[in-house]
Amino acid sequence: MSIYSEQDAKAILDKVVALSKADECTASLDGSIEGNVRYALNNVSTSGIVSNAELAVQVAYGKRSGVATINEFDDASLARVVARAEELARLAPENPEFMPAIAKQTYRPSATFVDKTAAITPEYRAKVAADSILPCRANKLVAAGFFNDSQSFSALANSNGNFGYQRETSLAFTCTVRTDDAQGSGWVARSLADVDQFHAPTEIQIAMDKAKRSSSAKALEPGKYTVILEPAASADLLTYMFRGFDAREADEGRSFMTKKGGGNKLGEKVFDERVTIYADPWDPAAAVLPWDEDGLPREHTPLVTKGVVDNLQYSRYWAKLKGKTAVGEPGNLIMTGGDKSTMDLVKSTSKGVLVTRTWYIRMVDPQTVLLTGLTRDGTFYIENGEIKYPIKNFRFNESPVIMLNNVEEFGKPVRVLPQESSIVMMLPPMKLREFTFTSLSDAV
Amino acid sequence: MQRRDFLKSGAGLTGFGLAGVGLETLLLPRYGRAVPVDALSSKIDGALKKRLATTALEAATKAGATYCDVRIGRYLRQFVITRENKVQNVVNTESTGVGIRVLANGAWGFAASSDLSVDGIAAATAQAVAIARANAKIQTDPVQLAPNKGVGEVSWATPIKKSAMEVPIKEKVDLLMSVNGAALKAGADYIRSVIFAVNEQKYFASTDGSYIDQDVHRLWAPFEVTAIDKASGKFRDRRGLSVPVGRGYEYLEPTPAGRIALPGGAVVYGSSYDMHADAIAAASQARAKLKARSVKPGKYDLVLDPSHLWLTIHESVGHATELDRVLGYEANYAGTSFATLDKWRSKDFKYGSPNVTIFADKIQPGTLGAVGYDDEGVKTGRWDLIKDGILVNYQVIRDQAHIIGAPASQGCCYADSWSSVQFQRMANVSLAPGAKPLSAAEMIKDVENGIYIVGDGSFSIDQQRYNAQFGGQLFYEIKNGKVTEMIEDVAYQMRTPDFWNACAAVCDQRDFRFGGSFFDGKGQPPQISAVSHGSATARFNGINVINTARSLG
Repeated sequence: MSIYSEQDAKAILDKVVALSKADECTASLDGSIEGNVRYALNNVSTSGIVSNAELAVQVAYGKRSGVATINEFDDASLARVVARAEELARLAPENPEFMPAIAKQTYRPSATFVDKTAAITPEYRAKVAADSILPCRANKLVAAGFFNDSQSFSALANSNGNFGYQRETSLAFTCTVRTDDAQGSGWVARSLADVDQFHAPTEIQIAMDKAKRSSSAKALEPGKYTVILEPAASADLLTYMFRGFDAREADEGRSFMTKKGGGNKLGEKVFDERVTIYADPWDPAAAVLPWDEDGLPREHTPLVTKGVVDNLQYSRYWAKLKGKTAVGEPGNLIMTGGDKSTMDLVKSTSKGVLVTRTWYIRMVDPQTVLLTGLTRDGTFYIENGEIKYPIKNFRFNESPVIMLNNVEEFGKPVRVLPQESSIVMMLPPMKLREFTFTSLSDAV
Repeated sequence: MQRRDFLKSGAGLTGFGLAGVGLETLLLPRYGRAVPVDALSSKIDGALKKRLATTALEAATKAGATYCDVRIGRYLRQFVITRENKVQNVVNTESTGVGIRVLANGAWGFAASSDLSVDGIAAATAQAVAIARANAKIQTDPVQLAPNKGVGEVSWATPIKKSAMEVPIKEKVDLLMSVNGAALKAGADYIRSVIFAVNEQKYFASTDGSYIDQDVHRLWAPFEVTAIDKASGKFRDRRGLSVPVGRGYEYLEPTPAGRIALPGGAVVYGSSYDMHADAIAAASQARAKLKARSVKPGKYDLVLDPSHLWLTIHESVGHATELDRVLGYEANYAGTSFATLDKWRSKDFKYGSPNVTIFADKIQPGTLGAVGYDDEGVKTGRWDLIKDGILVNYQVIRDQAHIIGAPASQGCCYADSWSSVQFQRMANVSLAPGAKPLSAAEMIKDVENGIYIVGDGSFSIDQQRYNAQFGGQLFYEIKNGKVTEMIEDVAYQMRTPDFWNACAAVCDQRDFRFGGSFFDGKGQPPQISAVSHGSATARFNGINVINTARSLG
């Protein structure tokens, strides 16, 4: 039992808050049931269900705070976890940046829960594996994939009378298909809240097609190319870039958002005017919880509008110091685009490179957000609006800040999940000029 | 693992949250429940663990399993996290439970539970057997388990002098505050520092007749200093040169023997670490980086200090020789490997020059990989992966040994929690020191046009471990046999076999030191593991260096 009703969750949290003798108390209760199936070499390798619930209690005496967590919820355990948090708080030194518990909030619910996703069975997961494996076996292809679904709830309360409760569902599917001679490799990924929008037999065809078409790739010279990044390929590039949106880091002088001579670039045009990105917890395709880790309500927050930076992320402490209002930290990112599909963008390209997936991206220089990484599982040369032939994978050294100034065209946004964070993103396929590939990789 | 399991959680936009695959440098995952300080020096009673394990072994056998292993684990972590003159967080966590793995009808089944009652363990065992039977239905090849003789009741502990868990929080806070203060005084604008202590109390029992009790300790004290030039808007970081270790708190008590002064003036550390001195050096070096000359791209002879080379070994040899990757089990996530079985079978694949002998081990004292037995009860050891430049072996566990005709597992099995299933993880993988006496200073004397790299920086490698790019912390130009000046914006690009075949010399045993990581990610759902890599300073000729400076206009 790890999914509690609103009433049961509230009863536990109320008890915890009442038990605390500290100056203030904040408690959160989270529970989830996650199911998965993993397969490789056209065989299921593991499958399982993990069910867990955890209560976190933070208390404070003045500016000294302590955190304790527990996964048992009988009265004795609740008393123990509160006592432990209080003990740690007394041991902790004063934190001059301590912020008191938030006031009572009003949260507007977001549509994060889909009944059918919560009802996924082990048989359904086994079928996803079979739907991937069987067509590959029949086509001299080898599938390795992972399907993971989750239902969860989050509840929070504090000694100022604040309370919130909401349930969520999600599913994520990735599958790499390789030719049996290991000369070709394709990939597909899907991230959704509603299982009715997922159809494994259709998805697997994308990876199978890319695997077959990517065999016997030719080598192109490294250099600057017009690229079309599929939506999943740019997700992690943006993940790294948005770490630079922290207001404090920018004000302290250690972010690409730092302004020469001091201060930050809030209100400045940093990107091409076609770049508009916002956060919205109620977006129907990418809904997330209406509060952040601190319990602050999330809002519809413009981040970049027509290339101009509208908002940086202020922590409660930094907002207070700088005379700003702290808003809930976004849990999703929505980038606007047009109506075109990836293939529509290919059609209008005279010469370029189509990138399916990017891999092992790391920060080379935070000053410019210079990132390095590689293409993977389906890289193709485009000529006169057609995919001409597969090409060997490239290593790139490119900054997403520079990339979003070299915009040719954006297509229609789709929901993607980055590999390096869990922010839900709606990203368009992007056609960009002068993308910098610095070396060739022999990896298939 | 969910985002909320991370201390410095990144559920939001700007957080430094969950890493995907590969190494991450300053992640602070929070395991299990927070506990009071007194809990950190206690243990679960040995007789109780044996009784609980026996319950599972008997239940599995009765249900028709042909093999069963039980891991009862208590995983303790302590974090002290600071920036400048502030302690941001002090957290103690504990996670206790049991993981039960069975073989039934030729397939694996696994179940885990935090319920350590006899009934709870019996229920988890039944679930594991049921999952094994379900998996067997669609399996084409039954699991072949290499033999492993039971060892009876044995125990092993990391050889520590002073348990980091038992050192008072105040002492750790005082150390970090003094380190931070020294760095700020020496010219740093900002500093973050952390003490991170780990204790894994692991009890393993199997139907082979083993009852193994192990007490594993690890410690890490990373920091990051930032220097800023407001006028130009430029900033530079320099991270600490400490090493995560399989040692006690004595590692943080400086000794003269632990200090190693390198040609050109940088100081690195071996058997012990002077965090205070390193922070002062970091502050002045971060300031120097702001003004250092930007590298001219081209071919250079690289002289790589062990504080840097460990990461290159990890990515280009450690991962490439994991047999599960070679076979394709990690194809969807961590990737496969260029070091395919046909290359190994040829007995002639030149992975590197004759100067390159690379060995794997789980036994070197003070390393992160050192344990008495792995997580399937196999006694640990040492073996060569690359001998005089030729690929000779892989890293395997019990159900893979038959694939390379090995009579037994090498002991590479690990799970990051009682609740995760154990699988093949990297052993320590190290470059053997050269046989001829050679110091770093003597090596540099022969280099006409080179770069000396100290510390690890950014890193990235493709999914078959061919094409990699590495940065560093400190870069020094070498001209006509002398270290001349600090330079910046350096990264080298390499193709793995070309790079190791360009290895011209390796310094001798006196220079052999370790680096390592707490956070090597692999698997779906992802698990982390800790691993060390040793080497002496080594020289690589004619490596392609790029300039990483860019302008945002």
